[in-house]
Amino acid sequence: MTPSRPYKETPSYTATQNACKMCTPLGASLVFQGIEGCVPLLHGSQGCSTYMRRYLISHFKEPVDIASSNFTEETAVFGGGANLKLAIENVARQYAPSMIGIATTCLSETIGDDVQLILNSMDNSINGTALVHVSTPSYSGTHVDGFHGAVAAVVDRFNPAGKKIVYRPKKKKTINLFPGMLSNEDLRHLKDIFEDFHTPVTILPDYSERLEGPSWQEYQAIQKGGTTLSAIEKMNVSVHSMEFGAVLALAAEKGQATAGAILNKRFGVPCTRLPIPIGVKAMDRFLDTLSQISGQPVPERYKKEKWRVVDTYVDGNKYVSKKRALIYGEEDFVVSMAGFLAEVGIIPVLCASGGKSKTFKAALEQTLPENLIDQIIIQNDMDFTCMEETAAGMPEEMRPELIIGNSKGYAMARRLKIPMVRVGFPIHDRVGGSRILHVGYKGAQQLFDTIVNAILTEKQTESRIGYSYM
Amino acid sequence: MTSISVLKQREKQIYQKGKQPFEMECETKSLAGAVSQRACVFCGSRVVLYPIADALHLIHGPIGCASYTWDIRGAQSSGPELHRMSFSTDLSETDIIYGGEKKLKKALLELIEKYSPKAAFIYCTCIVGIIGDDVDAVCRQVEKETNIPVIAVHSEGFKGTKKDGYKAACDALFSLIERNKAPRVTIPDSINILGEFNIGGETWIIKKYYEAMGVKVVSVITGDGRVDEVMQARNAALNVVQCSGSVTHLAKQMEKEYGIPFIRVSYFGIEDTSDALYQVAVHFKKTPEILKKTRELIKKEVKAIVPSLETMKKDLEGKKAAIYVGGAFKAFSLIKALKTLGMEVVLAGSQTGTKEDYEVLRQMCNEGTVILDDSNPLELAKYSVEKDADLFIGGVKERPIAYKMGIGFCDHNHERKIPLVGFEGMVNFAKEVHGTVTSPIWDLVPRRQNPIGKEGAI
Repeated sequence: MTPSRPYKETPSYTATQNACKMCTPLGASLVFQGIEGCVPLLHGSQGCSTYMRRYLISHFKEPVDIASSNFTEETAVFGGGANLKLAIENVARQYAPSMIGIATTCLSETIGDDVQLILNSMDNSINGTALVHVSTPSYSGTHVDGFHGAVAAVVDRFNPAGKKIVYRPKKKKTINLFPGMLSNEDLRHLKDIFEDFHTPVTILPDYSERLEGPSWQEYQAIQKGGTTLSAIEKMNVSVHSMEFGAVLALAAEKGQATAGAILNKRFGVPCTRLPIPIGVKAMDRFLDTLSQISGQPVPERYKKEKWRVVDTYVDGNKYVSKKRALIYGEEDFVVSMAGFLAEVGIIPVLCASGGKSKTFKAALEQTLPENLIDQIIIQNDMDFTCMEETAAGMPEEMRPELIIGNSKGYAMARRLKIPMVRVGFPIHDRVGGSRILHVGYKGAQQLFDTIVNAILTEKQTESRIGYSYM
Repeated sequence: MTSISVLKQREKQIYQKGKQPFEMECETKSLAGAVSQRACVFCGSRVVLYPIADALHLIHGPIGCASYTWDIRGAQSSGPELHRMSFSTDLSETDIIYGGEKKLKKALLELIEKYSPKAAFIYCTCIVGIIGDDVDAVCRQVEKETNIPVIAVHSEGFKGTKKDGYKAACDALFSLIERNKAPRVTIPDSINILGEFNIGGETWIIKKYYEAMGVKVVSVITGDGRVDEVMQARNAALNVVQCSGSVTHLAKQMEKEYGIPFIRVSYFGIEDTSDALYQVAVHFKKTPEILKKTRELIKKEVKAIVPSLETMKKDLEGKKAAIYVGGAFKAFSLIKALKTLGMEVVLAGSQTGTKEDYEVLRQMCNEGTVILDDSNPLELAKYSVEKDADLFIGGVKERPIAYKMGIGFCDHNHERKIPLVGFEGMVNFAKEVHGTVTSPIWDLVPRRQNPIGKEGAI
């Protein structure tokens, strides 16, 4: 199936075939799962909630309750206000939540329900439960946009313009961290880092406990854990915000009201935007920034971790150098993952994403060395069928030898007969997907070991003699 | 007891045998905010048509519906695997404003050209019903241009429940069957297998039985399905309907239009599988050979599996099970199969049961059994804990509820990879149940270490 087009020209079809993205409300639902006591509620058909629950459960393997306002034909004709109110009442009754996060769907957006107006009529709360709305029409953007949209909506709601700052704590200098879509293990590792820096942090969202908790003695309507509303309310008095994501940073530059931008504009909280700290170089940058902001030196253990991982890179350098990889997933994830691959000598020959930011390429250009950019294909708004055809159509000396990404790429990897390393979201054909560590030196170490071992496994399997020493 | 309270509006959909008069409310739309385990109309249609492996399944709408249903089912194919692809028109904002018809047509023509499917199903999602795309008109045009059946499935998510989706799928299937203009010839001693989806290769197991009985299978709707085969369905002498909730509508249409009678069966468990095969044999009593072969087959198959079942039964005797499934018919079979293993059912529920279904369930269950219609995570957790279940049988959404409370789990939905039908399926089922129920890990979970209300509890 080698097409005659120049290899850098990717195929294009009208239909999306095996999408490399999910819809906007899913991202919002995940954010709401990362807030303490919060229940997500989708304003739309029952199926939206159920499908997204099922999808998230397949990855996290934990209960993920998402309520629905359950549209009917009448609702679609006469508007969803009454259903939404009923849904809010019932969720409040069943779960006694601290907050209900209400995300719209394509249906409620298209019929033009004014959710904010409906919530205003309820004073944006019910029996002390905060009602927070985010607009997530599934026909615009991807799950990533829903995610960032929900983070911004929550920050906006609890840190309204003109909010009177009673006091700015002098001693307890809290930093806000908006990490984007990371794994549970990533979030836990980041919390540890801040603790080692003796610096209080508010991470939004933080689903690392809720979506990976213990077995229970008694059933928990809402799992424990998540960013507390009281911490979110105090984000405006933090000394600094950090926002992860190179693509998100470019969007913020262009004026997107990200959470960090809102706090900066309203309360003057400075915001530093960094790529997701995957790999040694990105982690160095994160720790240096954190050290500067917090006024704390980088703890000794991270220096040790760093030199340990560099030593590992050395040990494995010849197995990975000049290897070619196809990577895909959320744009920001791919950018940072490409940065990591480049620093160990792997060429990310095809960087693909279903995202539509228009700044994917620019973000990669900022991250990768110039000589690499010329060698690779960068494509956003791409589905798995186009990805597969592009990979298969590349000249042999350019074709990927390794596939790095979430479970969605498995069918492609199997057909192309290329070994695959699972990272990112969703991982629904393995256990432990939410425990994969990507960030930090430790994450780099684990990614490196996994990738080298995938390469070694293939070599060993392909070997005629099946040697047992490297 | 747990501290979980039940919503007042839901009380009539929950029944505890022996504790209250039986006035089950069911077949209603799900209560807003109740967190139903049901999906939507689209889901119902997608489930039924999904296994047709040489058809193009194009989902018309924004990306979500296609993303979440990509390759999620265990329906296997012996040949083409087009059904495992996820095709979407991926409507964007401009499409919503200006309409999606042009994009749909262009997408369809491209995909048909690229994959040469034998037919195309176009699933209408919520938004299509709102923006008013004339999908039928597009289908007619494309059918004319490409010469393959192009059928709109009216499965807008909000237009009813999953059951309405089944009906929309049945309408699409019937419309496909009707496109066969060749003269009808009833093939003697032949059947269609309806409502069997070849999860983990189940269709092949059942087909093997019918072959051994001397019964000809004309088509399977829709397990390991092919368009041409479905279109031959009019030539069968009998429709044998499993999963009656989903395909009875089609069986009725075929009875009305072609005079093909139908019977309802289940291939789950020794009792129901034997019963199904006997029913078919008895229907073809004019060929006595069939009944004879059926007897031999059942005798041989049962004999082969009884020893291993008996061994497992020793460990399972008296253990308690909770069941929550899509259609109530499956629950009936599961109760019988669990009985074969010496187990007792303490909770039984379904997403789409009818009043008659629940009456049957009530009769089958012991005193104190909780029967639930269109339940939700909190109720399922509450009652399986209160009834002290050792096993939960359900799907992906029920699994974490059970596991969090230290209850064993058996997958019994469309996503499972192991065949559970027929005699050999019964052994697989028993192994699954035995494996999870007798796992030593339950000794470690908090609920078993410190049972609430029992001595030594903290």
